[in-house]
Amino acid sequence: MIEKTLKGKPAYWIWLAILGALIAIGWACYFRQYAFGLGLTGMSRDVSWGLYISQFTFLVGVAAGGLMLVLPYYIHNYKAFARITILGEFLAISALVMCLMFIMADLGQPLRGLNVIFFPTPHSMLFWDMCVLWGYLLLNVLCGWVILTAERKQVPPPKWIYIFVAISIPFAVSIHTVTAMLYCGLPGRHFWLSAIIAPRFLASAFAAGPSLILIACLVMRKYADFDAGKEAISKLTTIIMYAVIINTFFFLLEFFVGYYSEVPGHIHSLQYLFFGLEHNGEVYNNLVPFMWVATLFNFTGLGILAYMKIFKVFDYRLVGTAAVLIFLALWTDKGLGFVFAGFVPNPLEEVTEYIPTLNELGITIGVWATGFFLLTLLYKIAIGVEHEVEQ
Amino acid sequence: MMDNKRRKFLKMAGATVLAGISAPAIVKLSSTDAVASGGGQEAAAGGHSQSAAGASSARIRLGMVVDMRVFYQDQALLDVAIEACVKAHNIPEIPDRKSEIKWIWKTGYENAFPEHSHNHRSQILEHNQFAVLCNHCDNPSCVKACPTKATFVVEKNGIVAMDFHRCIGCRFCMAACPFGARSFNWQDPRPFIKRYNPDFPTRMRGVVEKCNFCGERLALGLEPACVEACKGTGALVFGDLNDADSEIRKVLDEEFTIQRKPSAGTIPSVFYIV
Ligand code: SF4
Ligand code: SF4
Ligand code: SF4
Repeated sequence: MIEKTLKGKPAYWIWLAILGALIAIGWACYFRQYAFGLGLTGMSRDVSWGLYISQFTFLVGVAAGGLMLVLPYYIHNYKAFARITILGEFLAISALVMCLMFIMADLGQPLRGLNVIFFPTPHSMLFWDMCVLWGYLLLNVLCGWVILTAERKQVPPPKWIYIFVAISIPFAVSIHTVTAMLYCGLPGRHFWLSAIIAPRFLASAFAAGPSLILIACLVMRKYADFDAGKEAISKLTTIIMYAVIINTFFFLLEFFVGYYSEVPGHIHSLQYLFFGLEHNGEVYNNLVPFMWVATLFNFTGLGILAYMKIFKVFDYRLVGTAAVLIFLALWTDKGLGFVFAGFVPNPLEEVTEYIPTLNELGITIGVWATGFFLLTLLYKIAIGVEHEVEQ
Repeated sequence: MMDNKRRKFLKMAGATVLAGISAPAIVKLSSTDAVASGGGQEAAAGGHSQSAAGASSARIRLGMVVDMRVFYQDQALLDVAIEACVKAHNIPEIPDRKSEIKWIWKTGYENAFPEHSHNHRSQILEHNQFAVLCNHCDNPSCVKACPTKATFVVEKNGIVAMDFHRCIGCRFCMAACPFGARSFNWQDPRPFIKRYNPDFPTRMRGVVEKCNFCGERLALGLEPACVEACKGTGALVFGDLNDADSEIRKVLDEEFTIQRKPSAGTIPSVFYIV
């Protein structure tokens, strides 16, 4: 099936070339970082995790979001998702590859990464995260490939594969739950020390993943002669809408707990994110514009989806706009704010702001480009097979 | 001379009778099996041999009391103590705040004790700097977080130690420590070492480090470098928290002490008289 990636329209090759160039930039930046150390990033003693870990966190969600296709199709036999479920599985693969790359980029001693396996430590959540991430990756590779191969041969997939599909469902939930547990089990980090983190992660994942799939569907509808079908798209928007509503609700609960109780530890990070945190006469607020834009995007996206549902309109441009807005909003929330604000203030109640360096951005973009490169190839295969079957 | 020093320290650590003076102190400090072969000379400190060498509760748990009253009188002493640690452990002196490496350092009261902080503090608290370092917690969240056991509890004496050769530099421990006690080598630290001490390893970039309660000095029968630097002042009292007869326990029994962030549940082993 791999040969399907070797034929394509010029747009396909141009897209791959752009991604290839970004990947090359990423590698160049990574070699610089590898030679010097993580001091080339904007991370510091106080903000000891930065873009890499925040992207990792967000992308685990994207990977888990594929569940919103797998579950209706395989468990509830929702036929409209027949054509796009494979997209969810392949998105999970690409997102997980990005996750693992971000982890590697973040390690101070990447060559020792295998120590996590050599010295397995069950009381560390990172150990479990590694287990479930690899598990989910392998499950998706297996299920995606076997089912696609069967589709190509136009035979029903072997029965045993459904066991693995079923296993992959709790796995999808577990990857994001365990990733939330990396944060919410740490004493002294008040912003993270909240039982709502895992549910909030899942809610935002179930919006972010399907949003990206939706965007991909619309792009492929335009450029790759692939129509997911109006019913499937419409159903996806419903899923996204409810997931966003739940995520927003959970987030607002954090606000209530912080600002009503007025317990300083529960307010500080939110204050830093949305209004700026005053400390020793200085106001720290470098994330404030991002968070408000994200808020605007979140509610606009939600508004568009609600409008379409209430007035029973369907318009691809509206769908696309809403999906992009929501994806960006969720990315800002989890891919920027959540991780960075957890370190503000630091355990000694000092404030250090984090600003990524260019080199760090280069690596980050490189990893994203790698993920999209892989995603493009996988989707090309999936669509190629569908076209072949249709003929 | 050396012997005297050792004797003094062993007494302080409350582990005197565990072993003879001739054996290296790590044995004395670290093992509860009665290596008491050569013992006996130290009769003055005796009397608690059973309790020390007895049940498993006799496990040594090293701790420290920081008597700030001494430092209020002599803030320069704090610098001397910090300096001693820097020298003993090849700690790089990196000017850039972002990449700093700190094992023991000075900070304000509201920074060291945010939970005890309020807005009508005494002038003394307001105008003095407090020593902060790793608390060698009894229930260390850094150890729980570490995915490789590169950070671990030394069972024999309760020190939270690090293996610089195993650490993968994931910095999960830094996120997990509620005291900001850990530093990461964002770059090669060696060019920033002012006075190289050949007796202690330098670190490479990409690993985490922190105060090790001078495990390497204890092994030689020496007291921690910072404690030694404050010798005779009583500013830093170091010893076995599990030994009811140790000097540190006497201080803890008599004085009102506080800990940093007790609510984090890590059970720090460093106490403060403020
Ligand atoms: S103070 Fe921090 S680094 Fe030290 S033992 Fe406690 S949790 Fe670990
Ligand atoms: S940085 Fe090193 S010591 Fe800290 S958690 Fe990771 S492997 Fe363990
Ligand atoms: S106990 Fe040793 S390592 Fe810790 S601060 Fe004192 S001198 Fe430094």
